[in-house]
Amino acid sequence: MQSSSAVAGTAGAPPVPQVAAHFASLEVQNHAARLGMWLFLATEILLFAGLFVCYACYRFLFPDAFAAASRELNLLMGTINTLVLITSSFTAAMAVHYAKEAQNKKVVAMFVLTILMALGFLVIKYFEYAHKFHEGQLPGAYYRFEGIQLPGVSMYFTIYFLSTGLHAFHVIIGMAVLAWVTTKAMRNEFSYRNYTAVELGSMYWHLVDLVWIFLFPMLYLI
Amino acid sequence: MSPSSSIAAEPGAVPAPDEHHEHHPSYLTDGTTVKSWLLTLDHKRIGVMYLIWVLLFFLIGGIYALIVRLELLTPGPTIIDAMTYNRAFTMHGVVMIFLFMIPAIPGAFGNFMLPLMLGAKDVAFPKLNLTSLYLLLGGAAIAIWGMINGGMDTGWTFYTPYSTHTTTTVAPILFGAFIIGFSSIATGLNFIVTTHTMRAPGITWFKLPLFVWAMYATACIQVLATPVLGLVLLLVVGEHLFHFGIFDPALGGDPVLFQHLFWFYSHPAVYIMVLPAFGVMSEVVAAFSRKNIFGYRAVAFSSLGIAFVGFFAWGHHMFVSGQSTFNAGVFAVLTMLVGVFTAIKVFNWVGTVYKGAVDFKTPFAYFCGFLYFTVFGGMTGVAFATASLDVPWHDTYFVVAHFHFIMVGATIMAFMAALHYWFPKMFGKMYHEGWGLVSAALIILGFNATFIPQFLLGNAGMPRRYYEYPERYQTLNVASTAGASLLAFGFLISAIYLTYALVYGRRAASNPWRSRGYEWLTESPPPTHNFVGPQPTYSEEPHFYVDPKKAEVPDAV
Repeated sequence: MQSSSAVAGTAGAPPVPQVAAHFASLEVQNHAARLGMWLFLATEILLFAGLFVCYACYRFLFPDAFAAASRELNLLMGTINTLVLITSSFTAAMAVHYAKEAQNKKVVAMFVLTILMALGFLVIKYFEYAHKFHEGQLPGAYYRFEGIQLPGVSMYFTIYFLSTGLHAFHVIIGMAVLAWVTTKAMRNEFSYRNYTAVELGSMYWHLVDLVWIFLFPMLYLI
Repeated sequence: MSPSSSIAAEPGAVPAPDEHHEHHPSYLTDGTTVKSWLLTLDHKRIGVMYLIWVLLFFLIGGIYALIVRLELLTPGPTIIDAMTYNRAFTMHGVVMIFLFMIPAIPGAFGNFMLPLMLGAKDVAFPKLNLTSLYLLLGGAAIAIWGMINGGMDTGWTFYTPYSTHTTTTVAPILFGAFIIGFSSIATGLNFIVTTHTMRAPGITWFKLPLFVWAMYATACIQVLATPVLGLVLLLVVGEHLFHFGIFDPALGGDPVLFQHLFWFYSHPAVYIMVLPAFGVMSEVVAAFSRKNIFGYRAVAFSSLGIAFVGFFAWGHHMFVSGQSTFNAGVFAVLTMLVGVFTAIKVFNWVGTVYKGAVDFKTPFAYFCGFLYFTVFGGMTGVAFATASLDVPWHDTYFVVAHFHFIMVGATIMAFMAALHYWFPKMFGKMYHEGWGLVSAALIILGFNATFIPQFLLGNAGMPRRYYEYPERYQTLNVASTAGASLLAFGFLISAIYLTYALVYGRRAASNPWRSRGYEWLTESPPPTHNFVGPQPTYSEEPHFYVDPKKAEVPDAV
């Protein structure tokens, strides 16, 4: 049984991982944490699934309006954002790799890169949004765009803003989560025996990435 | 000789904990400051706090119910105006469903019993568990703030496009329900992980107590269905505040899409309410029949079966929404499958009682009521699943009576049974058995007197949610209101003798029912970390009662 009171003797060595009193062992604790995270990610996917259902229904009802409206999106900016987000997922994965090797400084570097790319994603998103606000390509009753006058076109922008907005909200949450794990890495906490926080933080970031991988073709390409 | 005393000497009965363990402080006495309760990570204290809050919400919802019933006493206006009436029945539904029925048994008894039944020291994520409680209270606070500042008149189903156009305060109440959804997800997630990772050595999957199986199946529904509700509530809030148009036909939206998304959660939510009840009853029927549960695996798997089929039955709420006959047929058949799985449980419970040595205590009285409500409510459910019968009954009082019988009747019976069965475990005190039986009889009678007239009203054509009605429906409405008063009186008696027992009740024995459930293997009330001394061994099934006849003749096979 792991004792949580034992403190590593050598200076600079990573702290011994804490095992909460109600767990039988560190392995069980890590297993529980991972299982919990997977279940949580499943609920996140189901949250977005509701929007995907809305998209599918209205695309079926208004195929022409949706095709026309999706061509109004800035494909270049969307593609750049996709590349930024995929790259940030790669750096997040590298953070897990370095955490296992107890290279906490590199974990910090990788997560800082990830957070910067997330910020870049939001900046690009801001320019896209600003352009649409300017053009009047807005949801529902606020739709003012003169270019397309098909029934159901405002519905496309409703779903566009709802889904990318919810996704952007998840990006912000993900940045906060990764920043919190980064502060732990700064305290040199991670090692082969203790990298669950890095792993779970990265898993959350991969979810944010994954949702975008679905949103991008759904909104920009088809 | 009473049946229970002959069983008391059965070989292998659970021994009382050793005398020298008695001085260990229980979880109730370990820290008595307010902070030690409000910030506790102990699943038992969190369970007790849940219990206190859900009882308070039950009281609030009950008061709204009585207001509605009083208003319907006469055909015209009685005590409140039409708008207040609309707000009252909406809040009755919202409070009872989101703040009482869904969190009650998982929050209070699931939290308390699940780790004890698994031989664990706590749930897997104690901090998340406490967070879940405060999310519930936070959501409740926002919703109740909305109730006080205007209220809502949509009915608890929030049907669009009305809910996006009404001028009442939709947003805070829906946002409150959204936060409560997070609480539900957190509890479900915690229970699934706990069941997977925290089982004591010896507790294999097929030695899990049936309450744990039921909580596990409930948790699966909570995790899989609630996010969709969360999204649809957000959409309605957005639509109400900003007119997105997603459910508004004037802007190209489709209100039936709301119903699909809403019932995708809210139909499985019925099983979030009733599956824990089934779990409680499986424990109670074994303990008070002094028999091993009949068909353990069938009961366990039927919980998962109900959880699974429950996801494919939502369309029966839309038989009259213009969906195709083919769709209606498919949803009708899928809905009836729920009845098959429920019947498996009912027959196994009856099989457990058959030739058992029944100890007719208060929890068993509630079991009898439960069996009746489940079968009656379930059979009317099968009738509703038949599309052609649903059409004339749709949105009449027949619906109201049906879902009160199965959802409320069954769940309240289980809640009260659990409260009485586990009262000695949780508080170490005994309640007065005589008053318990009186109260149970009043509650069961009151429930019938309230809702059987509503079946008749619905069959005679009285629509639900209406403020005024023709003269000819008055007699049955008066009967229903009288029944509601009797029901309230029954609960009042329970509240009095249980509160009295908390303070003055005699000290309960460690295992007063001589139950073989795993949760009784520790002291009552349990110590802070659930077990003192060596962890109990789990070599037998959780409901292992030796057959009295076979025990006397050991050689007989």
